[in-house]
Amino acid sequence: MAVTKAELALVLYEELGFNKREAKDFIEEFFEAIKSSLSTEHAVKLSGFGNFGLREKNARPGRNPKTGEEIPISARRVVTFKSSLKLKERVAANTEKLVNQGGL
Amino acid sequence: MTDSTITKSEIIDILADAQPQFPHRDVELAVKSIIDHMRDSLIEGDRIEIRGFGSFSLHHRASRLGRNPKTGAAVQVKDKYVPHFKPGKELRDRVDFKGKKQE
Repeated sequence: MAVTKAELALVLYEELGFNKREAKDFIEEFFEAIKSSLSTEHAVKLSGFGNFGLREKNARPGRNPKTGEEIPISARRVVTFKSSLKLKERVAANTEKLVNQGGL
Repeated sequence: MTDSTITKSEIIDILADAQPQFPHRDVELAVKSIIDHMRDSLIEGDRIEIRGFGSFSLHHRASRLGRNPKTGAAVQVKDKYVPHFKPGKELRDRVDFKGKKQE
């Protein structure tokens, strides 16, 4: 099952003794701090996990894949994520086990 | 394009300032616990879905014939999983300058 904010809150409750209200609020504040940094044009580095960056994309012609109609895609700023080398290596090293479990 | 980067320790400081009821040490431990849990879950192939922020999952890369860039020798590169992040709608909207003034 997917990891959610509720599950992360449970980790703070069980491992660190936060009460349930504090744990829930803390998880919200944690992700809000990252969102707020990115929305004020700061990249975010979480060592051991990965880096969130920002990239500006130029406008380009697009197309509605269903109708074939041309729709211009406006210039925009997007979030990028690059996982840390260590996380990438550990995920790659676990590939065989995940494939043997039937893949994802 | 970004002139500054915020690190994990700065995120910890921001959270500690905003929530003075927690000792700084507890904030450090909590951030470490969150990141460790996300990392361990992803390694085990579990998706992470954070509403308003985005989702992390693994994507499969097929085995391929690669080359040693120094010698040019062909080598079989094994298939592997790689971490992937898809930003959620709120994060996409807050980061984009669409509808905002562009400098």
